[in-house]
Amino acid sequence: MTSVLGFLLLISLPLVILTGLLDYIAYGPKLHQAIPGHVGFLHLPYFDWPTRPVWLFQLTEGLHVVLGLVLVPVVLAKLWSVMPKLFTWPPARSVANLLERLSLLMIVGGIVFEMVTGLLNIQYDYIFGFNFYTAHYFGAWVFITGFVVHVSLKLPTMVRSLRSRSLRVELRTSRADTKPEPLDPDGLVALEPSEPTISRRGALALVGGGSLLVAVLTAGQTIGGVARNAALLVPRGRSYGSGPNDFQINRTAVAARIDPSATSAAWRLSLDGGTTPMTLSRPTLLAMEQHTAELPIACVEGWSTTQRWTGVRLRDLARLAGMPVPASAHVRSMDTSGVFGQARLQSNQVLDPDALLALKVNGVDLSLDHGFPARIIVPAIPGVHCTKWVESIQFEA
Amino acid sequence: MRVVVNRVKAQYGAHPVQLIILLGSFALVGYIVSVMGAKQLWNSRVWWQSILVWFLGAVVLHDLVIFPFYAIANRSLVAGWQAVTGRLPDRKPRLSPVNYLRVPALASGLLFAMFFPGIIRQGAAAYRRATGLTQAPFLDRWLLITATLFAVSALVYAIRSAWMGRQERRGRGPSSETVAAGEPL
Repeated sequence: MTSVLGFLLLISLPLVILTGLLDYIAYGPKLHQAIPGHVGFLHLPYFDWPTRPVWLFQLTEGLHVVLGLVLVPVVLAKLWSVMPKLFTWPPARSVANLLERLSLLMIVGGIVFEMVTGLLNIQYDYIFGFNFYTAHYFGAWVFITGFVVHVSLKLPTMVRSLRSRSLRVELRTSRADTKPEPLDPDGLVALEPSEPTISRRGALALVGGGSLLVAVLTAGQTIGGVARNAALLVPRGRSYGSGPNDFQINRTAVAARIDPSATSAAWRLSLDGGTTPMTLSRPTLLAMEQHTAELPIACVEGWSTTQRWTGVRLRDLARLAGMPVPASAHVRSMDTSGVFGQARLQSNQVLDPDALLALKVNGVDLSLDHGFPARIIVPAIPGVHCTKWVESIQFEA
Repeated sequence: MRVVVNRVKAQYGAHPVQLIILLGSFALVGYIVSVMGAKQLWNSRVWWQSILVWFLGAVVLHDLVIFPFYAIANRSLVAGWQAVTGRLPDRKPRLSPVNYLRVPALASGLLFAMFFPGIIRQGAAAYRRATGLTQAPFLDRWLLITATLFAVSALVYAIRSAWMGRQERRGRGPSSETVAAGEPL
């Protein structure tokens, strides 16, 4: 059991780790807006996050969260299967044994810490009190360390154990024919096993069934469409209705303390940094060339929603302001109370033909909760960087 | 070289490479903590909202909280079943219901463990600020899913039990003796 579950985790966990580290880069560490800000050597090589394919962040973040959730039953079963180890006596046979057991703190503490903080964060339950990004990022590195150590020390044991039994035979063995495992040198096998109440294939089916259940109940958050109706227990399985503005909201106008009068006819967008700084009213923006693009908003919590956005291309605004090829653009919101009241966009994110200052969604004006009078929508960037209630864009050389 | 390795093995308890890997990993964890800033590990105002406390809590969460909970529940179930069938040996059912209770209970427990914040409405204010909605539906949904899981399990149990009864009457099915301890999943 231990080796089969270990094998499954050996294949799947690297995907969760990799997508997590990629998402750190999606936040733009070169523009100093990835959290945590200072990570030393603890990161993948930095690169400019691309805007194509448009579903890139939806894929990496969705995979990170959904796979992480689906693996919870597998990790619990793995911990269950090595339970006898906790109570071995004496606690260490040798110095080597003591050190190895100490190293298990990294992998066990690491994986459970990552799962618990991740689960709470996607449900907006911030009971832990500390900064989620900092804790989840450095916790991941402690886990990675423990994982690499554990795999390098236990890989031979796993291979030996996997070879000792034929999967095909086990899948044909019923409960009545299930015999206890012969005693092993690692002490995982019970000394006096009770009568089996489930076969090995039954136990594997139980774990797989648990994962399948979690997958069905969560994947709809990311996939969207009808699948969203199946995401019954997570925040983003909810329906807002069937109108053009009835899709997932990540921060309400009330929470952002947006004064509705500031979004009225008096609202102006200021474009700075170029040779011709200017302010534009909403009718002026609507009179400019409009572009429509179907793009997803994908959030760090793993959910996403694809909508049809219409507005002015950011590259047209850059040209208008007199800086046709900016190195970056700093977008500020009327929302000044949160961390994400501003965001920087890379050059490729400003110049992408589908990168918009959106004024409409699905053919109608944006609702106040979706960022009226104007919001940013750029392919493949984290949802929190698609700034709502935009007040100014500063193009930077 | 081999002599040296064997001597280390005898004294230390494992191949020297194991020692190198472990010491390297401890150093790396030291580096991780140092980059993060050791200060961040501890919250001096609310001690239990410290990263260190949650990390150490995570180490023991499964082994000292979750495991004892489900192990005791499972032992009680199996022992309770044996006590009941021991007292009424002539009315022993063909098929043990143990797994038909364990599976839906485990599934429901798993869902609660993963999604309890919505179910018990923890973090209601942050949830409302983010989504503009309340967590009202989650408790009912979880209860309905649980009810469905147990209902499906009961249905499968009834069908299999009836099928085994038919096989037995025809005289070619498995005897009740072999299946009483558990069902052949």
